[in-house]
Amino acid sequence: MTAAGARAPRPKPGAAPRTELRQFVTPEGVDLRLRIGSAGERAAAFLLDALFIVLALVALTLLTVFAFNAIGALGAADVKNGLGEAMGIVWLLGAFALRNGYFVLFELSPRAATPGKRIMALRVAARDGGRLTAEAVFARNAMREIEVFLPLTFLLASGLGATDPIGGWLVLLGLIWTGGFALFPLFNRDRLRVGHFVAGTWVVKAPRERLSIDLLDAQGALAADHYAFAPEQVGAYGIKELHVLEDVLRRKDRKTMAAVADRIRAKIGWRPREDETDAAFLAAYYGALRARLETQLLFGRRRKDKFDLG
Amino acid sequence: MKDLQLKSQRFRAEREWDWRRLESLLGRVERRSAASLSDEELLAIPVLYRSTLSSLSVARATSLDHSLIDYLESLSTRAYFFVYGARANVRQRLGRFFTETWPAAAKDLWRETLASFLITAVAALVGYLLVAGDSGWFAGLVPGGLVEGRDPTATTAYLKSVLYDGGGKQSGLAVMAAFLFSHNAQIAIFCFALGFAFCLPTVFLLLENGLTLGAFFALYASRGLAFQLGGWLFIHGVTELFAIILGGAAGFRIGWRVAFPGDRSRLDAAAEAGRSAAPVIAGVVLMLIVAGLLEGFARQLITDDIARYAIAGSTLIIWLGYFYLPRRRTSPR
Repeated sequence: MTAAGARAPRPKPGAAPRTELRQFVTPEGVDLRLRIGSAGERAAAFLLDALFIVLALVALTLLTVFAFNAIGALGAADVKNGLGEAMGIVWLLGAFALRNGYFVLFELSPRAATPGKRIMALRVAARDGGRLTAEAVFARNAMREIEVFLPLTFLLASGLGATDPIGGWLVLLGLIWTGGFALFPLFNRDRLRVGHFVAGTWVVKAPRERLSIDLLDAQGALAADHYAFAPEQVGAYGIKELHVLEDVLRRKDRKTMAAVADRIRAKIGWRPREDETDAAFLAAYYGALRARLETQLLFGRRRKDKFDLG
Repeated sequence: MKDLQLKSQRFRAEREWDWRRLESLLGRVERRSAASLSDEELLAIPVLYRSTLSSLSVARATSLDHSLIDYLESLSTRAYFFVYGARANVRQRLGRFFTETWPAAAKDLWRETLASFLITAVAALVGYLLVAGDSGWFAGLVPGGLVEGRDPTATTAYLKSVLYDGGGKQSGLAVMAAFLFSHNAQIAIFCFALGFAFCLPTVFLLLENGLTLGAFFALYASRGLAFQLGGWLFIHGVTELFAIILGGAAGFRIGWRVAFPGDRSRLDAAAEAGRSAAPVIAGVVLMLIVAGLLEGFARQLITDDIARYAIAGSTLIIWLGYFYLPRRRTSPR
């Protein structure tokens, strides 16, 4: 397996903008350019999961209490005692399984994501590009004990009020100490929490893009006949501007299209014909610009933007 | 068919069908499981994945259609995770866990296990000596929740009754066992997680455990009941203490590697340590289930001291043999 994903060269501070893109080279040698999940998205995913766990716990409690009452009403006191024990065991083991098993089981599934992460379009992956092993999933989730439950314990302890001053200070110290674990993700570039650190994993975005139509198929072919751009007119822009134009065309917002069309007309000195719509003009210009830039690409020249005059 | 002007358009038209096929197969795998595909479809995925990956390379080099490249990146990523993800079936993996992964991981931790055992043993000895010297130490060493009337002021008869008929309260024992199991398992996972803070909290947890043990022994020894306490405790305690010691060992492994990563980066060392110690913790939870069963049932049913010691001894031999006896490698890897 390749290890390139793990040790992407760290940009010098201030040299490159902080970006979510990370190099991730597959064994076939292609860089997949993964995006790591932002702290906010992951916090949201975790809160959703916590909500699901609490709901399941409440449901489990209600279910055991209900079953206890329902069956207990039938039998004698002896039976009722035995039932109470059984229900207690079911509840204790169920709660244990929920607290420790929820994350592990969902992350071992093919999608490698808990329901909360699925909703936020995230998934867990091994940082070295290898497979996500059960060991790693187990290790990363065992660490939640000190990241979530330990700070919570101290928080509750302070809430319940340690009345004597020394106890209060101890709780405060504990809170600071464990807060360090909880806030660990804020202190590193990849937003790794302690669990990721120990398991060699990270959380990446796993969006499901749909294949949209090629803009050239939609409008380019029929429009091209009416528009003949001179070489210097097509040569006014580079790839960056082409992508902006693509976004504008895909979004189909009339005001933006009008504004962009006017800018381009002014820049290239285009005289609009009478029946010309902004959309048709932009589509035609997009087709011409892309054709020119892609031809240049085939000859090995990648024109970054309009300032890149090579 | 419209005539396609650009190379990138023709490129897309030629390959689009493959991409869509891969997308629909992946959609089915992710919704249900790999079992929902026929063999033929399953074998098609890696081929389609590689062709999509090469499409991505070509598209990056020749196409300026931004949304197309985004689509190919997302599709390749999804396919990558499927092709290189873990797909051994659950039964095989469970089997390997018991025959190989768990004992090998535990064996690999032998140094840490020894350290963790010594800490517990020394703490137990200290606890014993302290309480034997001055029974006033007992209250300081044993957490209040564990006492249940078993303190230096209790009568010998009461102390003895706890050993043989659960202090007269038979009901609720199974619940107690379930509670103790989940409590102990949580402590063991905690031991592992706390190792990250450079081992120290793990040491404290082990010390506390050992001190409590020693203090109880001193209390019972002062009434001449040490031998009987041993039987009562070790019938499940061998398994339970072993599990907690292993949990501590797993914590030490992580803490030590994070503190002293050697010639690797701290990040890599921590990841390696975490992965190598994780199976031990999974195993520890299983050991604690065994301990809970022994505590909940065997201890209540068997009240003969010698039989209790016999069970304790055989569990010790079984665990030691399972973890540390040299064994042939069962699989090539």
